[in-house]
Amino acid sequence: MATLAETAPGTLQVTDRKSARAFVDTHIVPYADAYDRQGRVPEELLERMTAAGLWAPFLPRETGGGGMDLVTLGEVHEEVGRGCSSVRSLLTVHTMVSWAVQRWGSPAQRERWVPALGRGDVLAAFCLSEPGAGSDASGIASHVVEKNGGWVLNGVKKWITNGQRADLFLVFARTATSIGAFLVPRDSPGVEVTPIEDVLGTRASMIAEISFRDVALGPDALLGPSGFTAGMVLTGTLDLGRYSVATGSVGIIQAALEACAAYASRRTVGGTLLKDLPLIQAKLSDMVTDARAARLLVAEAGRLKDAGEASTIMATWVAKYFASTAAARHASEAVQIHGANGCGHDYPVARLYRDAKVMEIIEGSNEIQRITIASQAEREII
Amino acid sequence: MSGNAKEQILDFVRARYPQAEIDETQDIFALGFVNSLFAMELVMYIEKTFEVTIPNDELKIDNFRSANTMAELVDRLSPARV
Repeated sequence: MATLAETAPGTLQVTDRKSARAFVDTHIVPYADAYDRQGRVPEELLERMTAAGLWAPFLPRETGGGGMDLVTLGEVHEEVGRGCSSVRSLLTVHTMVSWAVQRWGSPAQRERWVPALGRGDVLAAFCLSEPGAGSDASGIASHVVEKNGGWVLNGVKKWITNGQRADLFLVFARTATSIGAFLVPRDSPGVEVTPIEDVLGTRASMIAEISFRDVALGPDALLGPSGFTAGMVLTGTLDLGRYSVATGSVGIIQAALEACAAYASRRTVGGTLLKDLPLIQAKLSDMVTDARAARLLVAEAGRLKDAGEASTIMATWVAKYFASTAAARHASEAVQIHGANGCGHDYPVARLYRDAKVMEIIEGSNEIQRITIASQAEREII
Repeated sequence: MSGNAKEQILDFVRARYPQAEIDETQDIFALGFVNSLFAMELVMYIEKTFEVTIPNDELKIDNFRSANTMAELVDRLSPARV
């Protein structure tokens, strides 16, 4: 059966913020609460995203990608995050893996995976967290041993976004000398995917626990350099993931603002519209201010990425920390503005509230971020 | 190229660790400065500043131990070297 991408080529192309906003308003916003309740994103939307060229538009044109700069990619992810954090989360992990293969892959690995990742024919998931290790990557227990010129992988990964649906896993595991990144096709013997249902936020992001039992991998499964630089694959990939989460957090603030502005313009208390009450105005003005501030921090991180500046890594930590905490704060205020209505399914703010909390945890908890930011300040200032 | 590269790389490392006294021969790994974050920053800095791409087989610890070894790496990778 032909896919939507095949039957409608060239339509609904997302190339910038404006086209992303139009796509999101048409295909995501009206259905995001349903995705949240159903606990998954339907295949139809995944196909529409393929048709729109949304999966990895930053990949170089020579690989079939769109060559999109990272500032624009951030704007696109913000718009998707405004519509639905679960969908944006799928984009985030796919972006991370696609970038990692393009950046660190051998010519053979790039040839095999990058065009398919760019088109969205292959969807990817990033497998780092484990039952006993989250932000502390050094605590992972999954491991590989070399055997017959290849590798044998054992371990369990948990909280894997898009784990239920992804075709390709980028798995971080201990080697004899360090931590390595391994490309593991979903259909490899020994891979078992168990859905994790009914989670707090990003409920439609198809999270899974994935077990790897004596999974035999070829020598070409190892992505990037081994040895001391293996950590850079993880650092670089998480940096891009953090950037996407920061953009998505801006999207949550914007969604909270738009929902509250609309509600406050209709709802009255004692004959007065909410929007005319000073305490509500204060909350809305803080949302506007933080949305703009977070957006600027994200744009600066993106600009530094496009320029290849090393300072982008810390800029991204700062952007993610600021945007995610602001998102959690304003999503909470959005529920408050909606009152009891904010606690039900009739308005999107309860979903925003639950999703925003997740942003403070994923791709490095905010506690880890603050430690890193303080450490940088100590190096540079003290 | 390498003399200039050496100084620029030293400036970059010193800017990150202003409290440390580092010269061109010192092993920055032995000094305990390098974690995966700084290693990534070093790679990005070298690629951006000297307009080179460091291939995977050059991403070895010995190439990044000191300003001297990093400058030698830049020399090897620079297309304009004579």
